[in-house]
Amino acid sequence: MTTAIHPTKTESALEAERCLRMYRRMLMIRLFEENVNDLYTRALMPGLAHLYIGEEAIAVGVCEALTQDDYITSTHRGHGHCVAKGAALDRMFAELLGKEAGYCKGKGGSMHIADPDTGNLGANAIVGGSAGIATGAAFAAKRLGNGRVCVCFFGEGALGQGVLYEVMNMAALWKLPVIYLCENNMYNEYTHYSETTAGDILTRAAGFGLPGEAIDGQDVRAVYAAAKKFIDRARAGEGPAFLLANTYRFFGHHVGDVSRDYYRAKQEEQTWKSQRDPIQLFSTYLVAQNLADQARFDEIYAEVKAEVDRAVQFAVAAPYPSADKVDQDVYA
Amino acid sequence: MPETITATREITLGEAVREALAEEMRRDSRVFVMGEDVAQAGTAFKVLSGMVDEFGSDRVLDTPISEAGFTGIAVGAAMTGMRPVVDIMFGDFVGLTMDQMVNQAAKVHYMSGGKWKVPMVMRATLGATRRSAAQHSQSLHAWFCHIPGLKVVLPSTPYDAKGLLKSAIRDENPVVFYEDKMMFRFKGPVPAEEYTIPLGVADIKREGSDITIVATSSMVHVALSAAKLLEEEDISAEVIDPRTLWPLDEKTLIDSAKKTSRVIVMDEGYGRYGAAAEIAAVIAEGAFFDLEAPVKRLCAMHVPIPFSPPLEDATVPTEKTVFEAARALLGGK
Ligand SMILES: Cc1ncc(C[n+]2csc(CCOP(=O)(O)OP(=O)(O)O)c2C)c(N)n1
Repeated sequence: MTTAIHPTKTESALEAERCLRMYRRMLMIRLFEENVNDLYTRALMPGLAHLYIGEEAIAVGVCEALTQDDYITSTHRGHGHCVAKGAALDRMFAELLGKEAGYCKGKGGSMHIADPDTGNLGANAIVGGSAGIATGAAFAAKRLGNGRVCVCFFGEGALGQGVLYEVMNMAALWKLPVIYLCENNMYNEYTHYSETTAGDILTRAAGFGLPGEAIDGQDVRAVYAAAKKFIDRARAGEGPAFLLANTYRFFGHHVGDVSRDYYRAKQEEQTWKSQRDPIQLFSTYLVAQNLADQARFDEIYAEVKAEVDRAVQFAVAAPYPSADKVDQDVYA
Repeated sequence: MPETITATREITLGEAVREALAEEMRRDSRVFVMGEDVAQAGTAFKVLSGMVDEFGSDRVLDTPISEAGFTGIAVGAAMTGMRPVVDIMFGDFVGLTMDQMVNQAAKVHYMSGGKWKVPMVMRATLGATRRSAAQHSQSLHAWFCHIPGLKVVLPSTPYDAKGLLKSAIRDENPVVFYEDKMMFRFKGPVPAEEYTIPLGVADIKREGSDITIVATSSMVHVALSAAKLLEEEDISAEVIDPRTLWPLDEKTLIDSAKKTSRVIVMDEGYGRYGAAAEIAAVIAEGAFFDLEAPVKRLCAMHVPIPFSPPLEDATVPTEKTVFEAARALLGGK
């Protein structure tokens, strides 16, 4: 086997593969979200959606460190987590448009996509609402001895919810394989987090004995490395951890939030978009490392765009559920 | 026909609950109990005494005083292969669990298009007259009845408690199971052999022809005492216990109302927008043209439950209030 003869070469080949896989996923989320915005603007999507653009490196870096069987719980800003965990884009778009072919037969929509096949326990439209579920999944994994880990994604707004601290306490007491992954994009909706969050965030977790780290949420390699370390640790039975990924959402709180001057400056947005774009930063790294060149990026872009376009077409053409499905699935 | 129980053995309602849990835990290794003081203490009401000795502290699991947190953990554990039974010491504390029950447990199945399910049970208590005042005496079961996706069970006898709890644990949905805290020592016949009672089947606790009294939980016994008083006046009262408020055995209720043409509905929850109001509406819709009088509700008085015994006693329907209401409905017969 090559691994035995050229271990370093194989490792670097694996690393190169991983990098390109992560690049592709990040781009996939970006194009997915651009299309969501487009569908909204063209009045093809009912309701609203919360875009993940600017935060792609977090979901992708974390999910790269998970297996297909591992669990995640997600948030109202959940498309990125869902794509990163391996969901099919056509069924996601179909769900966003309320179509029968969607992941939840159109009953969930943007804020509730769930998919047992990829371990996605569901997005949650209650801020902090999935903290219990994530911890419970880790509890079951430990009891059943199936080696699974659960990552609980939440925004910094969820730091205001008491239930988060209740379950962190129990996760620490019972050494559950769960990672609390706080995506701090600095705004709880339209309010800067400094107005809502006292003290030091990591210290809160440390109070329960949870190890933690602050990570640059725009650097997919840093996210992956930290996630891998704590996920492996949890899988080895050493208990939960808390990761604080610092990031920024490039657009509105939701697709309809277009005039944002009253809560954040255009200049701030501009700086993040031009200097802290996770895809841009990663492509610069890949070129510098000779892992890819513009031609490769163009190729990936064309492939991803074709996949996203196909998915959108599928969803737009897909039929709505018939109204008589409305009272199905209330009880199992 | 009233369900006939052929058992010589008598056990308490608390013992019936414990037997049901223990049998289900022996039968299915995924079943476990979690809550405050459930292990060595066997709960504040001692209902689970001794269970930790058989099943260990992993399956009879003491939690911090975090109702929302451990209920949420139960939801997630239920979704991923376990069958949790959470213990809420006093039903008044369910307020703390509401988001987990209403926005999570109840909706996961529907929101996911039927993909995830939440087979969990929440055991909680109801009932006043324990002199425990306003935050330890409420009967808040109607809150859960309002929510699609949840099932709600209110047994009135040890026999029903055991059979229904076993079914609740085997159910694929979140079920809220209410025990009257004043009834844990109430005795009744329970067969030693295994049995279950399906959710959604009412039981006619006493047959009668002049008036129907629908009653839940401990109110069933108040209704049965009242029926005896009425019998002395030559009034034949039928007493029906729906046993589960959702699913609700509407047919049995409506059929009885059609037969007797007069109905009282008793429930220890609040009357306004309560369980009794729903049952009254079901009967009014289903038996209107057979009714001789409006359906009468007898429920907890609409006040916070007071501490002082004469005040507290005044808040709960008694056999006397039922007796008088029945006579009034029968036009002073
Ligand atoms: C319990 C609850 N309260 C309020 C809301 C309304 N709400 C939706 S998103 C949001 C802000 C959430 O901020 P954060 O958790 O930081 O996530 P972000 O939107 O920044 O990704 C609020 C207040 C809600 N969905 N749930």
